[in-house]
Amino acid sequence: MTRKQRRLVLIGASLGVLAVAAALVLSALRDSIVFFNSPTDVVEKHQLPGTRLRIGGLVKPGSVQRGDNLLVRFAVTDGKTDIPVRYQGIVPDLFREGQGVVAEGKIEPGGTFAADTVLAKHDERYMPREVVDALKQSGHWQEGEAKASGSAVR
Amino acid sequence: MMPELGHYALVLALALGLVQSIAPVVGARTHDAALIRLANSTAIMQFAFVAVSFAALVICYVTSDFSVATVFENSHSRMPLIYKFTSVWGNHEGSMLLWVLILSLFGAMVASFGGNLPATLKAHVLAVQSWIACAFYLFILLTSNPFLRLPQTPAEGRDLNPILQDIGLAIHPPLLYLGYVGFSIAFSFAIAALIEGRIDAAWARWVRPWTLMAWIFLTLGIAMGSYWAYYTLGWGGFWFWDPVENASLMPWLAGTALLHSAVVMEKRNALRVWTILLAILTFSLSLIGTFLVRSGVLTSVHAFATDPTRGVFILAILVMFIGGSLALFASRASALKQGGLFAPISREGALVFNNLFLTTACLTVFVGTLYPLALEAITGEKISVGAPFFNLTFGPLFVALMLAMPFGPLLAWKRGDLLGVAQRLVAASGIGALVVAVVFAVEGGQSVLAPFGVGLAAFVMVGALVDLTERTGLFRLPLTTVRARASGLPRSAWGTAIAHFGIALSMLGIISAATWGTELIAVVKPGQTVSLSDYELAFDGLIQRPGPNYSEVVAKFKVRSGGRTIGAVEPSKRSFSARDMSTNEAALMTRGAGQLYLSLGDAGNDGSVAIRFYYKPMVMLIWLGAVVMMLGGALSLSDRRLRIGAPKPAAKSALAPAE
Repeated sequence: MTRKQRRLVLIGASLGVLAVAAALVLSALRDSIVFFNSPTDVVEKHQLPGTRLRIGGLVKPGSVQRGDNLLVRFAVTDGKTDIPVRYQGIVPDLFREGQGVVAEGKIEPGGTFAADTVLAKHDERYMPREVVDALKQSGHWQEGEAKASGSAVR
Repeated sequence: MMPELGHYALVLALALGLVQSIAPVVGARTHDAALIRLANSTAIMQFAFVAVSFAALVICYVTSDFSVATVFENSHSRMPLIYKFTSVWGNHEGSMLLWVLILSLFGAMVASFGGNLPATLKAHVLAVQSWIACAFYLFILLTSNPFLRLPQTPAEGRDLNPILQDIGLAIHPPLLYLGYVGFSIAFSFAIAALIEGRIDAAWARWVRPWTLMAWIFLTLGIAMGSYWAYYTLGWGGFWFWDPVENASLMPWLAGTALLHSAVVMEKRNALRVWTILLAILTFSLSLIGTFLVRSGVLTSVHAFATDPTRGVFILAILVMFIGGSLALFASRASALKQGGLFAPISREGALVFNNLFLTTACLTVFVGTLYPLALEAITGEKISVGAPFFNLTFGPLFVALMLAMPFGPLLAWKRGDLLGVAQRLVAASGIGALVVAVVFAVEGGQSVLAPFGVGLAAFVMVGALVDLTERTGLFRLPLTTVRARASGLPRSAWGTAIAHFGIALSMLGIISAATWGTELIAVVKPGQTVSLSDYELAFDGLIQRPGPNYSEVVAKFKVRSGGRTIGAVEPSKRSFSARDMSTNEAALMTRGAGQLYLSLGDAGNDGSVAIRFYYKPMVMLIWLGAVVMMLGGALSLSDRRLRIGAPKPAAKSALAPAE
């Protein structure tokens, strides 16, 4: 083989691998990403039951009910809309009423959000970024908190 | 006094850095040996000054000097000494100082141990190293000064984030930075070669030990970070495909590719242009990782947009170095002569395959990490890209890489015999296939992928052993010959086999823990027993225990197996009053290569407590594999060829040697 032919083999192989990788990435992006919604988005966009999504907001004060077998029911609110959430398992240490929370799961036909993952803020200074944005949109955001979340950048 | 001293020392390091950025380049142009030699002393003195600066900051932390803003925000007088020390880099400012400390350390090491480098090459390397250093000194001094004083001295600090109050913080960041920043040497060598427009096999021989060293540290740093996350986050995961983790994985993938392509360049003088490009890309990915973690862009694209000083500064550094180096590469690369020829089926071909798949895998991680940020910045739509994405993209590419891995070391240079190699791997493939069948039969067809994965890991492990038996002639030749061959085998050959064995071990651990791990979530009352797999867990009750800067609730359990008590575990929950936070201290019990993992949930009013109880078979292999990889790297690093250094290059330099 001449140098030119060898180079062609090499370039061909590289392009082949890249094409396969691009196909993998595109199909994975279509199937496995999860969109984030605020409670208001969920209602306004009429999210179909069964679609996998993330919702974020505050745990509505007074809404947390604990049932048998580690069942937890609570409502996620962005100040405008509340979404009832059902979760079975151990909630994070920092899960508290009035605090930021992100839940991942599916909407059930009755309108309850069945979460399989519940994430709470990492520490007292940090609030999940989706929650900050959701609260800002609904106008329930105090500037004092903005400073606090700015420091979470570190 | 101390903070001012530290600040001043850092300014002096910057001044020295500026001298070192210019003097050696001018010296190399004008053939002024004195100017070239100057770089040696400035590199060592730069390190000395940064070390003084770092030591000053350490003293501020250890003596709890709360007049310093970062100490006030991240320390507490009642913290144990070790955490007072590690909290130096448990925050943005201090960790950047650690970054430049390591950067200047590597510069000083090139100056001290690079005696056999051609004088102009060394001068250029040190100059480029200093450009990077100056950019980061300026970043620290202008946007993230760790020595800023508060107008009034508070009585008590705000404590270190409790999650970081762990021995992991002492080990993980320094190792990771040694890896990240270590790749700066390969970058500086690449830029120096492009500036000089000359590159040869000797260049690869000089670069390889530095790359290997960085790779060893990065491997260990990533593994340590993974183990730390595993035991500290309380739900037994060991890799989350979190952007911060990906930021360290990308340089590792590119660095691994660089290690392999540098071998081709060193042995066969081929792939020169590609190796230079990889050296640039690897450090660029380290810089991108630093940007992702340090700019706050991950916490919120919007927070980044509203308080952009730091982010924009790092972004500027990023654009300058990546853009500048790629532009230099584009203008000079064509001048670099092409090296040796090789057939597609050859050792070189196999290493090209390795590079192709490693860089493509790196690219998929890059897309998965940055796509959500780009999408949010452009459309405002927020998405999360998690494990499913990476399993679907990174997974298949890595499987292809592992399949090809045993073939590479067995192929001959220049023109290989694929059929011959396949014949030598018959035993390995047979064992692999057998393992697939056995695992499939034992687990009863629950999963198709897992038996295949375990078989693949077995294939790679046996393949690594076949490589060694082929080279030493074990089972074929008399034992005395084997012994002589084994001692004559270069350590890098042992290193290759051991490192390949290590990655297969890690793969085995990942598959096993992810597929056959079992989990139990329950609420237990004192006196109650729950069972999982072959283990029984008896709950004795909760007790309160005070700690130095926290108080903890400890749950006492006894573990039984086969009717016998095999030990006690005590998971706990710690509350830290200074930050109103609590942490979950999981209890681990190692059984062979597997682990029992117990963490606590909320306590009830009747003395009951929620628990998560996991059994993770062979989970320790994940990190053991990384340690084995590291040992392989270390053995390769101790190879005579790298210790003694490269022979003098063909073209003698016009200048007198630097020392």
